[in-house]
Amino acid sequence: MTRFVKSWLGIAAITATLVFSGGQAFAQKELVFGLQCDRTGATATVGTALCPGYHDYIALVNSKGGVEGHKIRVIEIDNEYKVPPGIEAHERFKKDGAIIEGLYATPVVMALTKRLEEDKILGTSPGFGAAAAADGKRFPYAFPIAATYWSQAGAAVAFAKEKLGDLKGKKIAYLFYDNPAGKEPLPILEDLAKSEGFELRTFAVPAPGLEMGAQILDITGRYKPDFIITHLFGRSPSVSIKELKGKGYPLSKVIAFVWGGAEADVIAAGGYGVAEGYNTIQFASVGKDFPVIKDIEAMYKAQGKSPPKEMDSTVYYNRGVFIAALHVEAVRNAIKAKGGAAPTSEEVKKGMESIKGFTLGGLVPPMEITPADHEGGGWVQIWTVKGGKLVKSKDWFQGYRPVILKHLAAEASKS
Amino acid sequence: MFHRESGVFKTTYSADMALYPLPIAKWTMIALAVIFVLIVPLAVHEYYLSILNLIFIAIVGALGLNILVGYTGQISIGHGAFMSVGAYTAANLAVKLGLPFWLTLPAGGLMAALIGVVVGMPSLRIKGLYLAIATLAGQLIIEWTINRVPAISGGAQASIEVDRPSLFGFAFNTQGRLYFFLLFFAVIAIIATLNLVRSRIGRAFVAVRDQDIAAEIIGINIYRYKLLAFAISSFYAGVCGVLYTYYFGIANYEQFQLIVSIDYLAMIIIGGLGSVLGTILGATFVTLLPIVIRIFMENVGSLFFTAVEMANVISGLRLGLFGALIIFFLIVEPEGLNRLWRNVRSYFRVWPFSY
Repeated sequence: MTRFVKSWLGIAAITATLVFSGGQAFAQKELVFGLQCDRTGATATVGTALCPGYHDYIALVNSKGGVEGHKIRVIEIDNEYKVPPGIEAHERFKKDGAIIEGLYATPVVMALTKRLEEDKILGTSPGFGAAAAADGKRFPYAFPIAATYWSQAGAAVAFAKEKLGDLKGKKIAYLFYDNPAGKEPLPILEDLAKSEGFELRTFAVPAPGLEMGAQILDITGRYKPDFIITHLFGRSPSVSIKELKGKGYPLSKVIAFVWGGAEADVIAAGGYGVAEGYNTIQFASVGKDFPVIKDIEAMYKAQGKSPPKEMDSTVYYNRGVFIAALHVEAVRNAIKAKGGAAPTSEEVKKGMESIKGFTLGGLVPPMEITPADHEGGGWVQIWTVKGGKLVKSKDWFQGYRPVILKHLAAEASKS
Repeated sequence: MFHRESGVFKTTYSADMALYPLPIAKWTMIALAVIFVLIVPLAVHEYYLSILNLIFIAIVGALGLNILVGYTGQISIGHGAFMSVGAYTAANLAVKLGLPFWLTLPAGGLMAALIGVVVGMPSLRIKGLYLAIATLAGQLIIEWTINRVPAISGGAQASIEVDRPSLFGFAFNTQGRLYFFLLFFAVIAIIATLNLVRSRIGRAFVAVRDQDIAAEIIGINIYRYKLLAFAISSFYAGVCGVLYTYYFGIANYEQFQLIVSIDYLAMIIIGGLGSVLGTILGATFVTLLPIVIRIFMENVGSLFFTAVEMANVISGLRLGLFGALIIFFLIVEPEGLNRLWRNVRSYFRVWPFSY
């Protein structure tokens, strides 16, 4: 007992010293970016490829002398897709003087929306959070900066129309993960069903989404739709590909929302041969054929290292680069507006709201973020599994933008 | 807590059951009150207050679960769902009727208590693992209902924004102000629990836990007390959910899922079942450990890894170390941190004359 208690107290004392000594160690010279990430929680498959992309782009900017002469330091905190760690992460970013934050996980985005506004730090949430957050007047510090689920729904229907010719009298099935995010596109789809004259039927997949045999059988055996739109997360997209293929449904008439179209999903479904023809919506472009990706590879070569293996999952890696690039661009705009001095978080917000014509060699859509539109227009690309890889089948476009704007306006008038 | 107690003899039952067994304990409490009300909010950076805020909310929820699991011996995996009942009740009342927090907070608790009694009804017939599954069913049903009924969830996103709580025009909108708001309710919850468990009700709970047939024979209506335990426990959970709602400014479907119930079970098991101090220690431990591990790694890890490697190392190591430490503590002291603390204390009580 004696020795035990003593050693225990010793450990406690050492930990306490280290924790408190380390707290203020960093000097406040560089620009601080906060990045929440999920490398270990429910969506670790996304985070493990997305976050290295973010870090690599920042490292690239730093290796070229920083943004307008200012170096960037990224603080990454893994929130495990849980809310309390996400709150703690934001407070930590704030304490260390972060001027911009990359958020991760829908519930965290929701829980922080109000706090970010009070603290006047902008948070980006591409692919997370509510579609209504695109409205910059209602949510001044929430920045989806990429196509929301509403815009994706519009894009999916537009793509179906292109494939099927006319949608009048056609049947479209919507297969979705049964959570709020899965249900979010429904108003858009129902509205479009009315105006385009197609029949829409919805099929909910309960969590955790690994078992959807009944729904797929219902779709392929009974409903026999002309087109299927899927909105699934985690491991469930790969299950849907496998099941649809097993029932003989042509995957070329299936389109997945942004979290159902990564290389990992295709591989988990049984490989590119199985998923041939599967269509995916992307808010950042896919593949390695971009100058910025080549630059990152060159940066690694210059350091005598081989590029990280995360680069091969180009869908998520490129999204990481996409987020980092927009963060840097917002800060660049803010610094330029201030004549070279380090900006405050409010000035960075203004910088983000003046992003226009920044495409990073095609990786980023031709978006225009304005004080009213924090989504930047809702641009997407469609990529299709073809011959062992993802191939671009439709370049940047906006699906039914007027309909989306109408719904945003209706949502704004409700509150 | 931190004092010697030689020369103190109790001659009556009421003295033995008193909240402060020793006169000096009162002074300890006053000292703690001064530290938490005056010194901490003035001396500590807002960031650390925000962590304390999370701990305070966790304490309220964990106390409720400990009343049910630790004191009454009824397992529940539906705690997260009861929180969501409280959260959505309060959010709806606050948004639709514009009620202030001092009405929505008890309303949320009472609604959760009501639902808790319904979900707790199987406990009258089944025990142990069977009850765990029955409460799991409760969790899933409540989750489904909130997801599917827009009248409760407020639309497709299943989230309702609420304003910051305010009292006489004073809004609790910064971490520093919310600190007092949450500290107040955490203290109330702690005092209420301390008093509950030394009352007739609390003793009846313990009797039901230890041997329910024997409890029935000595005149305890076990149906009533089991349901009462569910009601009280769910009330705490509901209040915890309301506090989360006000703290985040939003009631959101994904904040109260099954994993939250598991996290709270972890808190009370690590802290110590059937102990108020253990609950506080457990809630603190589970909230703080990942943060401490990360800060520790940020300082020590930079000696071995580059900044980019660190991100991966911290995430992985934190999860591994968290699990390993839980196992370590439970092997060293299966009765939790509370027992560990008592061991340390009884060692120093006779120090330096340990033999």
